[in-house]
Amino acid sequence: MKIAIMKLGGILITALPLDLIDEDAMEFQGDLLNEINAHDAKGVIIDISALDLVDSFMARIINDSATMAGLLGAEVVVCGMQPQIGTTLIEMGRELLGVETALNLDLAMARILAKVKAEDMEQADDGT
Amino acid sequence: MAGAKLTTCPDPEDCFRRPSCLPVTDEHHVQIVRRHALQCTAQLGMSRLSSHYVATAVSELANNLFFHTSNGGEIRFCCLDKAGRVGIEIIAQDEGPGIVDIAAAMTDGFSTNGGLGAGLGGVRRLMDEFEISSKPGIGTRIIARKWLTEAELCCDRKSH
Ligand SMILES: Nc1ncnc2c1ncn2[C@@H]1O[C@H](COP(=O)(O)OP(=O)(O)O)[C@@H](O)[C@H]1O
Ligand SMILES: [Mg+2]
Repeated sequence: MKIAIMKLGGILITALPLDLIDEDAMEFQGDLLNEINAHDAKGVIIDISALDLVDSFMARIINDSATMAGLLGAEVVVCGMQPQIGTTLIEMGRELLGVETALNLDLAMARILAKVKAEDMEQADDGT
Repeated sequence: MAGAKLTTCPDPEDCFRRPSCLPVTDEHHVQIVRRHALQCTAQLGMSRLSSHYVATAVSELANNLFFHTSNGGEIRFCCLDKAGRVGIEIIAQDEGPGIVDIAAAMTDGFSTNGGLGAGLGGVRRLMDEFEISSKPGIGTRIIARKWLTEAELCCDRKSH
């Protein structure tokens, strides 16, 4: 199953599907890195509103994707997490999901743009 | 994909009254056992959040069957109703490699295959009761139970 990665401005937007298996996850991570490189993307939004459940397997996929994207210099925000998923992840006892989350796509986009802007300004400051 | 199209629960009433046993030998089975767990908890009258805890625990156990054994295993679902207590029992068992050091495996962050190592500890915290037995070379059996709360019991219209 191919997971679509869309580009909007310098931001990549993608959504994880319900029945993600290990193999698809690996392919997705590879695709995501390629796309970040190809478009020099500054941010990635991963929508997880289709997921009815996030276990430690899925949490790891999300975390790894975010870490890899971060290494390439892209900010990552996850959005659309169903409320009971958050509660369950906390009950499971660890900070399983080590990524920044936003309620929905709009807020995720606002967050990403703010981060990218802040970073640009920092770089501009460094330059002077 | 052969085997991926198992019917979970042909007659929902039936899966409530009789224990059911589903194989986990294919990664796609994980989704099936999760859904089955939700069917069982819905019939029990368990709250949405508790049901979600149970389904997540089942998902962790199923993933372990798939990722840590070569031939997979099975998960049994049994609805408990005794001495005024109603709940669900989940038994995950396999004839896989077994776990040499159970205490280590239960520790958060411990994983032998680069996982998050939060599965077993997570199942213990999401469920009310947790028992694990394992013999290297023989296999592993994990029993987990979750009981309905007083509040869930009194608005459970299906209770008998
Ligand atoms: N059914 C099983 N058979 C053999 N070993 C298992 C089984 N379930 C769990 N384990 C062992 O226990 C460890 C911890 O499991 P878990 O907490 O689910 O973390 P993870 O699956 O992320 O490694 C696993 O890495 C594995 O070594
Ligand atoms: Mg696990």
